[in-house]
Amino acid sequence: MKLSESRRQTLYMYLFISPWLIGFIIFALYPILSSLYYSFTDYDIIHPPKYVGLANYQEMFHSELFWKSVTVTLRYTFISVPIMLLLSLGFAMLLNQKIPFRGFFRTAMYFPSMVSGVAMSLLWYWIFNPQIGLFNYMLSWFGIAGPAWLMNPGSALYALIIMSLWTAGTGMILFLAGLQGVPSSLVEAAKLDGAGRFRIFLNVTLPMISPILLFQFIMGVIDSFQVFTQAFVMTQGGPNYSTWFYVYNLYTSAFKEYRAGYSSALAWVLLVVVMLFTALIMKFSNRYVHYEGGGRR
Amino acid sequence: MLLPLFFMVSTSLKSKRELLKFPPTFLPETWQWSNYVDIFKTLNFGTMYMNSLIIGVLTVIGTLLSSALAAYGFARYRGKGSNLWFMLLLSTMMLPYPAIMIPQFILFSKMNWIDTFLPLIVPAFFGSAYNIFLLRQFFSTLPDELFDAGRIDGCTEFRMWRQIALPLSGPALSTVAIFAFIYSWNDLLTPVLYLSSADKFTLPVGMSSLTSSRFRIPPWHLLMVASVLAMVPIVTLFAVAQRRFVEGIVLTGIK
Repeated sequence: MKLSESRRQTLYMYLFISPWLIGFIIFALYPILSSLYYSFTDYDIIHPPKYVGLANYQEMFHSELFWKSVTVTLRYTFISVPIMLLLSLGFAMLLNQKIPFRGFFRTAMYFPSMVSGVAMSLLWYWIFNPQIGLFNYMLSWFGIAGPAWLMNPGSALYALIIMSLWTAGTGMILFLAGLQGVPSSLVEAAKLDGAGRFRIFLNVTLPMISPILLFQFIMGVIDSFQVFTQAFVMTQGGPNYSTWFYVYNLYTSAFKEYRAGYSSALAWVLLVVVMLFTALIMKFSNRYVHYEGGGRR
Repeated sequence: MLLPLFFMVSTSLKSKRELLKFPPTFLPETWQWSNYVDIFKTLNFGTMYMNSLIIGVLTVIGTLLSSALAAYGFARYRGKGSNLWFMLLLSTMMLPYPAIMIPQFILFSKMNWIDTFLPLIVPAFFGSAYNIFLLRQFFSTLPDELFDAGRIDGCTEFRMWRQIALPLSGPALSTVAIFAFIYSWNDLLTPVLYLSSADKFTLPVGMSSLTSSRFRIPPWHLLMVASVLAMVPIVTLFAVAQRRFVEGIVLTGIK
């Protein structure tokens, strides 16, 4: 009887998850493995792949464009992700207080997140225009003469970082949900013990929302490793390769130069870096992240 | 935060001459509604809009069906290997699309799917990791008693999924639907890879051509018209589904 029950459970589990399982094998597992194989070949998609050993990887590590794309992507990540986290947490804390027009401010903060994608890129393409755009005009109120933003190799990447901060509302919503999950009994108890606002934030609030912080940190890093739309629509990787993002580099070598082998090697490096990075953050964060009710996800 | 959006709408109604004024005027001097007609002449805007809608709606249907099935399997059954598969599911949430797009492209080109909507729609019918995870969390909170009662009444497992689990999951399902639609609506990389003829372009692909060097001076007003129109379905969706969203938060908050 017990055996048949566990068999029944297994049977139905596989029946229900089969759509995903099939999709996983065809659209994830097979591509991952075959791109590993392609990365050791010279392959233009039309002719059959030719085995070349490690040549693609050697070429990559000697390629100036590859290192340029790594630098651009890392700089973007290291600047935008921390600012983004601070901003969205800050706004969430602010809008978690009882302030007038709270609902309006929350919607206003979240609204830009609905515009993401190409529409957002087009809008900011105009905002950053040095002659007629909004951004330099507003800077001029404070007597600042803004740079040519997207047309200047020194400022183009920073323009894209500023633009990315506009969607801090997405993170804010998640933090708000987390903040509302902080039991008020804990905060009250801390107050009774004479803890100040800062102490309460550091010792009560922060540990309670640390899983959300971690989640957003990991997702933020992974997303910014994959920036493509902005580079494609607004700058085409320029000027002078200053926004030559990793995935833009990958896209160009695969679909402009038809070098599927070489770009598969690029893809695998990206995959390994993302996995290593996630594992590293998880390992490091174990000590600091507090999961309620012990490890249950 | 809203200022750029305000300028987006106001610029979309300005005349070509007024566009080049500096500082930019807050409100258009002449409200040029004809911009909203011109966009359909400059780009194949109507067709692109329809294409995006078709792909978006089918993606939503596919994602809902397959993700809800898989999530139910993960939430309600403990079978051999279920933990292993669940770990794999979680790890695919972190899988960067660019890492698998080349073999996928080769796969789809062997199937002669290039320049069709199929590569954009079919994968959605095989579930997406993030949405499965989300729904699985929700299904796990449904009380066992309901399903025990169903079993006693002789319900098949599939009917329990359809008639007990799904009707109780409105808010969670609509959240997934919104996520899936927004993702498909905004996606640029996939359609850029697969669609080559202009009458198959989706909105993002067509819109991205507005900044290309084809125009000596970018047609700013048309850029903004396109952006405004592209926002409409998403904002509508939020306006309609907001109540359900709140419901979802309240429901999960009570438990």
